[in-house]
Amino acid sequence: MAHVTNVETAEVIKGRSLWQDARARFFRNKAAVVSLVILILVSLFALFGGMLTPWSNEEIDWNLMGDVRTLGGPSFETKHYFGLDPLGRDLFARVVQGTQISLMIGIVGALISVVVGTLYGATAGFIGGRLDNIMMRIVDILMAIPYMFVLILLLVVFGRSIFMLFVGIGLISWLDMARIARGQTLSIKNKEFVEAAIATGVSTPKIIIRHIVPNLLGVVIVYATLLVPSMIMFESFISFLGLGVQEPLTSWGALINEGAGQMRYGTLWMLGFPLFFFLISLFAFFFFGDGLRDALDPKDR
Amino acid sequence: MNAQSPLLSVRDLKVWFDIKPKGAMPWTAPEKLKAVDGVDFDLMPGETLGIVGESGCGKSTLARAIMRMVPSEAGTVLWLGDDLLSLNKQGMREHRKEMQMIFQDPLASLNPRMTIGQIVAEPLKTHYPDVSKSEVKTRVREVLDRVGILPNMINRYPHEFSGGQCQRIGIARALILKPQLIICDEPVSALDVSIQAQVINLLMDIQEEMGLSLIFIAHDLSVVKHISTRVMVLYLGNVVEISEAEQLYRAPGHPYTQALISAVPIPDPKAHAENEVMLLDADLPSPLNPPSGCVFRTRCPLARSVCAETKPPLTDRGNAQQVACHVI
Repeated sequence: MAHVTNVETAEVIKGRSLWQDARARFFRNKAAVVSLVILILVSLFALFGGMLTPWSNEEIDWNLMGDVRTLGGPSFETKHYFGLDPLGRDLFARVVQGTQISLMIGIVGALISVVVGTLYGATAGFIGGRLDNIMMRIVDILMAIPYMFVLILLLVVFGRSIFMLFVGIGLISWLDMARIARGQTLSIKNKEFVEAAIATGVSTPKIIIRHIVPNLLGVVIVYATLLVPSMIMFESFISFLGLGVQEPLTSWGALINEGAGQMRYGTLWMLGFPLFFFLISLFAFFFFGDGLRDALDPKDR
Repeated sequence: MNAQSPLLSVRDLKVWFDIKPKGAMPWTAPEKLKAVDGVDFDLMPGETLGIVGESGCGKSTLARAIMRMVPSEAGTVLWLGDDLLSLNKQGMREHRKEMQMIFQDPLASLNPRMTIGQIVAEPLKTHYPDVSKSEVKTRVREVLDRVGILPNMINRYPHEFSGGQCQRIGIARALILKPQLIICDEPVSALDVSIQAQVINLLMDIQEEMGLSLIFIAHDLSVVKHISTRVMVLYLGNVVEISEAEQLYRAPGHPYTQALISAVPIPDPKAHAENEVMLLDADLPSPLNPPSGCVFRTRCPLARSVCAETKPPLTDRGNAQQVACHVI
């Protein structure tokens, strides 16, 4: 028993959780780390970019307004680092604003899908039986409706606002996640640790929250990071059609749309800068998601 | 056996599962798979009841039915006088802290995202939510120490332990509520032999110390012999024999038990070569369509016409041995 008394006073050994293992694996993946850095830089640009320029996103630079094509290009002298947009506003400030809104849409869409989809799918899968059938048929029905059509209707009927856009994205984004979460739950719920919890008398909501959801999170997080770019793309498409984010707000999609409209006048910077941010962010999200998947994939261990 | 009242008394327990036949329409009646078909037994306080039988004979299902983890078709499970099967959810919850379970796969029975401290504390927090954090911590340390896991490991995760250690953690989780019954569902089948002995000896020590009853499910007959006071032999969801462990191994009554015992390897090559293994013909019949009368008759060397007609009841054969057979 002598060793036991020593141990009682000894320091408690820290364990290495599966999350810590995954983090170590993630940081060994160079592409993923570079993507993470890019994403951080883009987020910093969205948050603090406005401080780098004396121009606001609403001001029209009347001095250059007359000849945007020749005078409105990117220049340090005029402090329009990215040039002007077709209406004579500072494109740098506009891109900052667009980045904020596009990232927000991507993140809100992914968040809704993570929270709603995971809980919905885990509940359906864990309880099973008739409830599972009803809940998943509802998902099937919602999926069968052409969402682009519904979204366009929503925006036309209730007016084009960013709130309606969130509602529309919220309505569709969780469906896939619910299916994925349910599938994973089905494989987890027959594990013995869940049986042990049932045998102990842990209540069903607690089993779902404490035992099922943490074991789903690996898959869910990976899917969510891949969902962010698809949400951004989705919003861009809607904005490109002219239905999404409305002036004076803007987004990557709306800026690209504006830029594309001016292409034939030779003001390529109006297309180039938003497109550049759009592309690097999407690439970064995809590589980041891939890196996360490799890090969290238990088969790789 | 003294005249003590039993801790657990199971009468005519039936667990049937609905199986949809292949290509069934939604309205066709499902077939009944009789996993457990009328089991009776008593468990005395402080006793170890071994349950043996080949795979698929309903051992685990029986255990899960007692814990009400699978629904039962009929029968009663009397726990200190209360019928567990007719209790509501709340009533059952109250009794869950008196009975715990240990599982076959040690690693799979621990949540990989929780530290072992959290895992072991979970039953305590579930049944006594008011217990203070420091109290929980001391209890967890005590119980981990008891099963031979250093208490300073509480912040480690299950994948950092070996199979034997994980099983000890599983035992710690079962012990923290100081239950009266632990159901062990093949607790050592997944461990290697030297670790098996350690885990079994630990279970026996704890049993003696705490006056626990154990239901010990296994398919390794020598392990069961070592730990059990009485042994119950299941065949196709039916009890074919219950008897004192010594008696069962010395003089098995039922022809099925005889075949089982004769197949136990003897750790002496000479004796093993001389030992005549009683081979049974044919395979285990399907529990979807069990034979009429005695379920064992299709493979029994002694079967007669009466065996096909009526199901033999469990009858007392002296020496605390009960056998269900018409012939013997």
